[in-house]
Amino acid sequence: MTAIFANLGRSVMQALASAGRGTLLLRSILFQIPYAWRMRREVLEQMHIVSVGSMPLVIVTSVFVGAVTAVQAVYQMQAYVPMKFLGVVISKSVFIELGPVLIALVVGSRLCANYAAELGTMKVTEQLDAMVIMAIDPVRYLAMPRFLAAVLMIPVITIFANAIAVFGGYVASVLTLDVTSGTFIEGLRMFFKLSDLMGGLIKSFIFGGIIAMSGCFFGFNTEGGAEGVGKATMTAVVGSCLSVLVADYLLAIILFQIVFKG
Amino acid sequence: MERLQNPFAGMPPLPDQRIADPSAHRGVALQGVSKRFGPKVVLDECDLLIHKGETLVIIGRSGEGKSVLLKHIVRLLDPDQGHIWIEGQEVTSLGRKPLMELRKKFGFLFQGAALFDSMKICQNVGLMLEEHTDWTEDRIRSRACECLAQVGLEAAEDKLPSELSGGMKKRAGLARAIVMNPQYILYDEPTTGLDPISSDAINDLILKLQHELGVTSIVVTHDMQSAFKIADRIAMLSRGKVVYTGTVEEVQQTDHPMVRQFIEGSARGPLGAF
Repeated sequence: MTAIFANLGRSVMQALASAGRGTLLLRSILFQIPYAWRMRREVLEQMHIVSVGSMPLVIVTSVFVGAVTAVQAVYQMQAYVPMKFLGVVISKSVFIELGPVLIALVVGSRLCANYAAELGTMKVTEQLDAMVIMAIDPVRYLAMPRFLAAVLMIPVITIFANAIAVFGGYVASVLTLDVTSGTFIEGLRMFFKLSDLMGGLIKSFIFGGIIAMSGCFFGFNTEGGAEGVGKATMTAVVGSCLSVLVADYLLAIILFQIVFKG
Repeated sequence: MERLQNPFAGMPPLPDQRIADPSAHRGVALQGVSKRFGPKVVLDECDLLIHKGETLVIIGRSGEGKSVLLKHIVRLLDPDQGHIWIEGQEVTSLGRKPLMELRKKFGFLFQGAALFDSMKICQNVGLMLEEHTDWTEDRIRSRACECLAQVGLEAAEDKLPSELSGGMKKRAGLARAIVMNPQYILYDEPTTGLDPISSDAINDLILKLQHELGVTSIVVTHDMQSAFKIADRIAMLSRGKVVYTGTVEEVQQTDHPMVRQFIEGSARGPLGAF
């Protein structure tokens, strides 16, 4: 019995210590943001990796998210809700929830794995130590550009993803579900609210921060060799996905129950 | 705590590396430095003096804390207790900015070279200049090429580290270490993993840099051939302490049982076999 409590206590202490170290890393990154212009080459390089590098994934994910939303919506609306509401169902689902969350999970996993594996390998091969000895701050040189790229580009990707998902829903509706183009577009315009789009983008902005922090934190804290890098990468991706889902719930309450209510 | 009882019983006394006023010492002074990782004591109130301009080679068995000692000097690791003085400056209590300034005086050659694998060799060598000077790209490239030429790697400037052999990586690491004209160069196992000819080439390079740049060098190795070739003075680390210091001639002639066992590569003696 004592052993169970001892293990529980140890796990809680480790979790708190990690949370503390994560907070300190976030603080260090935020303090380095004024150097972003000086580090613009690295920032732009990372922005390219986040945006252009993720595009094939974004397009495929978004098209099918839109199409499957249309199929599911038609199935549930049959005989109860007029088809002119199909467009609004798809657009609201995509703008508020599916676009930001699925992009954060799919693109976020890709990025998080990339960050954790790259920084983790640098850690175990002493490249981070070499940087420190060269009087170059790894947080400024490596973490800040990745953080900035993720928080700036994930919302941009989400805008693209929203547009592609709505288009996917439109194509699926018109071609396979006997919904006319006019009916779909009428529904799409009927209840459009800018706050839905903005709420989703605010979520994406915060998800971008969570993804970058998870990748950088677990990458910087990698220990051991190849096994350690693998473990850090897996932990970073799992941590990022779970954090995104928890943050999504909290942000839904804050944004749609408080900020944009009414 | 893993600590042997009387580990130096029957051994000659430890060399006196303590000084009354380390702040007046020109060079590096470690005084009473201790470090442990979990229960394992790696450095145990270790004292060591490194004089300005000399090449000190630290020898000892694997896992005795040689690299840990080296990393303490540049504060990659912080000691649990004790003090480290560099040119009269106590470094264990230095703030972030003075520490960054101090590190610019150092070059460090890692055991695996630790080249940034996403950058070309030329960018690896020039990175420090890019970060710490306002030089133009052309001037940085020219200086990087100059350093690469000093280590015989003129043709490798546009290659990635993955395209180089082990010896070439070490030479590139050395070029990166000297790019800012450091006052101190620390070498962590510079010849480990290299064939005898490449090892000798690295030794020659270290000697050449010594003569050309006049730097203070601290070399960690267990390659005695290399140690005898490049050292002004040799220190032996065992069980967390410096157990012997002396010139190459003194080391070759000493009857200190630990040093003798180590240089003879014998499995029998006070250092044990495993």
